Amino acid sequence: MKKVYLKDIAKVLRSKNSGPFEMTLDIIFKNKEDYEKIKGLGIINEDLISRIYNIDREKIITFVYFDAANAIKITIPRLRPQGTVGETDMHAAQQHIPLMFVEVPWE
Amino acid sequence: MKEEIRVLTPAGMLGYGFPVKWFREGLSRNPDVIAIDSGSTDSGPHKLGTGAMTCSREAYIKDISLMLEACYEKKIPVFISSAGGDGSDQHVDEFLEIIKGIAREKGYHFKIAAIYSNVDKSYLKSKLKEGKISPCGPVPELTEEEIDKATTIVAQMGVEPYLKVLREQREIDVIVSGRTYDPVPIAALGILEGFDPGLCWHMGKIMECGAICAEPAGKNIFGILRKDHFIVEPLNPAERCTVASVAAHTLYEKTHPFLLPGPGGITDLSNTKFEQMDERSVRVTGSKFIPSEKYTLKLEGAKKVGYRSIFIAGVRDPIEIEHMDEIIERVKKDVEEYFSEIPKDSYKMIFHLYGKNGVMGEFEPVKDFKPLELCVILEVTAPTQELATAICSRARTEMLHSPYEGRIATAGNIAFPFTPLEIPLGIVCEFNVYHLLEVEDPLEVIRFKYLEV
Repeated sequence: MKKVYLKDIAKVLRSKNSGPFEMTLDIIFKNKEDYEKIKGLGIINEDLISRIYNIDREKIITFVYFDAANAIKITIPRLRPQGTVGETDMHAAQQHIPLMFVEVPWE
Repeated sequence: MKEEIRVLTPAGMLGYGFPVKWFREGLSRNPDVIAIDSGSTDSGPHKLGTGAMTCSREAYIKDISLMLEACYEKKIPVFISSAGGDGSDQHVDEFLEIIKGIAREKGYHFKIAAIYSNVDKSYLKSKLKEGKISPCGPVPELTEEEIDKATTIVAQMGVEPYLKVLREQREIDVIVSGRTYDPVPIAALGILEGFDPGLCWHMGKIMECGAICAEPAGKNIFGILRKDHFIVEPLNPAERCTVASVAAHTLYEKTHPFLLPGPGGITDLSNTKFEQMDERSVRVTGSKFIPSEKYTLKLEGAKKVGYRSIFIAGVRDPIEIEHMDEIIERVKKDVEEYFSEIPKDSYKMIFHLYGKNGVMGEFEPVKDFKPLELCVILEVTAPTQELATAICSRARTEMLHSPYEGRIATAGNIAFPFTPLEIPLGIVCEFNVYHLLEVEDPLEVIRFKYLEV
């Protein structure tokens, strides 16, 4: 089966602070059909997040499929409190990249 | 009971400006209230830690003037929350001064309520001893020491202070509140009038960011709350609220997609339905509010951790780029030796390599690629500005002529865009209080002031 990147099938794929100690990742699909297909494939899961962000599975704060918005939401701890010494991304707005390049079998 | 509550929100953030034309269009739809949030932790710990406001005084005057004009001319109350960004007492007072100034100049008269939410440190310490303070998310346990270190600690109030003001002073024109849960000014009238709190809170959550929930994202938004639903519509006709855009916005900046905890309870959106009403508006039903057993207020505080200086430089030499990691290690070591009289843990040197893993740091999944150019930023944090700059300067000169394997360019290793080469950035802060405080009474730490201008 043909493989595509998640970025090529998502409508929205973004990262953002959810408070000064967390960062949240939103994946929103173009329609119910694509969303259900991804959900059925089961490849977007906590193990994947743990692997691509190199964090312990139990440190994942939220991992939820949200049917009403055709969305998957993931929240993980920030690397450091927002905006202090060593900050590289104040709003955590550019931390979604590893998700963009997740390969998905797609027709 | 009223049939509906009509809310006009001019923008997602007071002080960022908004299109006057669509604001006036909103006014022509007879809103019951103009409600706007002014706060965020998104601009970092620096504001709360140093007492700075998010926007300039001039920007606030501009936005507030437009709302006060409507308040005076059309008798529409104005609710402003989280004054100045951090919502400290000091910034509530600053906003009162701005409002007084505008009223004096224009000859307006208003009844104003100010609500304050700074929290006393000795009170917090006693609450800490009683075990009434717990981390909000992945945050270390609070200690007395950290309470002392925080410059200002604010509690994010719920809707109860607004309800108290509205019950006691039905003729109130303006409410300015300190740190406030963002949806409060939008949700308050609905909750007061007995509308479904789940719908009130959800409408507040969507509208507090202005028309970010529209496509394309905009500023002014209008909401109509009714018994079993609410409707949101952006005021700029070039923008549309769609089922997808509103549902997607529900997730925005939140930890969980459909459980939104706030002071006094959780807004549960697991049975929420979004329907397209017409081309530009969306109808929302089914949102529920679940009161929590214990009432908690979120505390926010930031401390000063030192002073920061940086240098910014570019690197293009491919041989040098190849050896950048070892150059950095060597520079760090040389600087530490040079400043051997200063304890190593009293200052920090952090190299940001934009072009390599500058943005994502430890999250960067791509390790093995060759950049064409690097932007090197050295961040030095130390107990004084002078020391931070001195360390930064020493590192800069060391890096400029640092030897590395295979070096054939012996004139200088880094390209500087700016003078001064070292840039002092001032105080660095860190959020050190982000905890939940359990209270007996939602008004426990809240103070009120009424005035007429």
